[in-house]
Amino acid sequence: MSNGYAIWAEGLTKSFKDTKALAGIDLAVKTGTVHGVLGPNGAGKTTAVRILTTLLRPDAGHATVAGHDVLKDAAAVRGLIGLTGQYAAVDEALTGIENLLLIGRLLGFSRRDARARGMELLERFKLTDAANKAAKHYSGGMRRRLDLAASLVGSPRILFLDEPTTGLDPRSRGDLWQIVRDLVAEGVTVLLTTQYLEEADQLADEIAVIDHGRVIATGAPEELKSKVGGQVLYVRPERGVDVAAVRNLLIDVTGREVATEGEGLSVPVTDGGVMPAAAVRLSQAGLDVAEFSLRRPSLDEVFLTLTGRSADSSDSMEEALA
Amino acid sequence: MTTLLIPSPARQTGLSAQFRNTWSIAWRTLVRIKHNPAELLDLSVQPVMFLLLFTYVFGGQMAGSPQEYLTYALAGIIVQNSVFTSLNTAVGLHADVEKGVYDRFRSLPVARPVPMIGRILADMVKQVWALGLMVGLAVLIGFDLHGGVLGLLAALALLVVFSLAMSWLNVLLGLLAGSEEKVMMFGFVIAMPLSFTSSAFVRTDSMPGALKWWAENLNPITFLADGTRALLNGTPVGNSVWVSLAWAAGIAVVFFPLALRAYRAKLS
Repeated sequence: MSNGYAIWAEGLTKSFKDTKALAGIDLAVKTGTVHGVLGPNGAGKTTAVRILTTLLRPDAGHATVAGHDVLKDAAAVRGLIGLTGQYAAVDEALTGIENLLLIGRLLGFSRRDARARGMELLERFKLTDAANKAAKHYSGGMRRRLDLAASLVGSPRILFLDEPTTGLDPRSRGDLWQIVRDLVAEGVTVLLTTQYLEEADQLADEIAVIDHGRVIATGAPEELKSKVGGQVLYVRPERGVDVAAVRNLLIDVTGREVATEGEGLSVPVTDGGVMPAAAVRLSQAGLDVAEFSLRRPSLDEVFLTLTGRSADSSDSMEEALA
Repeated sequence: MTTLLIPSPARQTGLSAQFRNTWSIAWRTLVRIKHNPAELLDLSVQPVMFLLLFTYVFGGQMAGSPQEYLTYALAGIIVQNSVFTSLNTAVGLHADVEKGVYDRFRSLPVARPVPMIGRILADMVKQVWALGLMVGLAVLIGFDLHGGVLGLLAALALLVVFSLAMSWLNVLLGLLAGSEEKVMMFGFVIAMPLSFTSSAFVRTDSMPGALKWWAENLNPITFLADGTRALLNGTPVGNSVWVSLAWAAGIAVVFFPLALRAYRAKLS
């Protein structure tokens, strides 16, 4: 049943030559929510988005977007969606307003309406001053905003954002997050792919974690964090204290792998007795700590637990370069 | 936050909407010339350079005087330039596909071949510009346009038809080549020998056996150059125009479906 869902996909598979990009993906995105699709490079995120936006045919499975089948009724789907790809697909030789004018005209707006709509979007995204400048003179953040504006010309009800903040500086990233929040407040459904766990945590109501073309976990960010179970003990030794000794002690007490995190060390704990035991042992050993705390695991740790590797491990770097 | 004004888009079905969309895409390719007049220079330098070099460097030795040679070679220079210029279609298409601009177009309710046809249309406008420039300059330096305006228009039509057919070969090239450099390299490997082993710049009589046979009987550039020359000079066209058109039809019949198939495969 796809009723009440803006996006519904079942068993999508897709292979390119001998690589299996999607090995059977299911997605259910409720109308008016942000759905995060989280996974490393090469996990199949972009392939899934391309299928859902009618750019690519799946080998098997089926999908509906706004109730329309992406294969049988692709034209109807295209009339209702907006897409911002991984690379800002703006025409660099055209000015900001011309880029939007072109999209408006292709959507069937009259010249006047297309211009009005374009100026309005430029104002909304703080690009009015650059309206008549060629996009090649825009900064990375401005280019992404223009690209996003282009995907909004037709007032889409469902917006696909494929890694919208990859390569942006933190400030531009924050700007983009705010734009997404505003859009959702207006009732737009957003499907967002990202390899940044923080981004999914910040924006998504619901997250699907995918790896090697499969959904390996779904749930709200909080649910996913609790799925990993237990909490994380964070210990930051005082300056001058032997960090290796602290690490060995923690491994001894918890029997788990200890990760370096900033200036401190973190280790998952499931047993309530571990924290006092660790405190006593540290004090007996004379290892002074500046910080000693329990917290919920971050999505990063969730990803590590689910996939057995970090979200930006070298293995995914190789895939990105291949 | 200001409330958004949302004008309702017109219906996007029907042939007239697709014509309008094609024109919008063509506009997109041409409007950049307004921002960057240097592009117009790019379009103009090569034809002007070829015209002047061929006329004044080779002219005297080839035909006794530059003006004499120009009467023969102008058509050839125009044809060669037209073949080279049509490589723009391949390069531009390749860049658009790589940069994701085509993904954007294809996520819009626009008929699939529209972005391709729009680009080809814009490239035709550039072809017409180059032709006008070359004929204008040639007349200035002493070319006698015996064929008159009618002859010029007929030559223009012939070149445009042939270029349109060649566009599909270029679309295929743009889609299949791995990089922009490869597009250019492949293009030159095809265009360069094709234009020089023809009657474009020299009479074919002095060529050795096999080459002569190829140049006189097979190479489409020979027929195109002969046809264009006859139309511009107001001399009898013989069968050259018809053979050129037959070549154009043949090229289109072979490469149009191939290009369309590559387009679908590349983008699916």
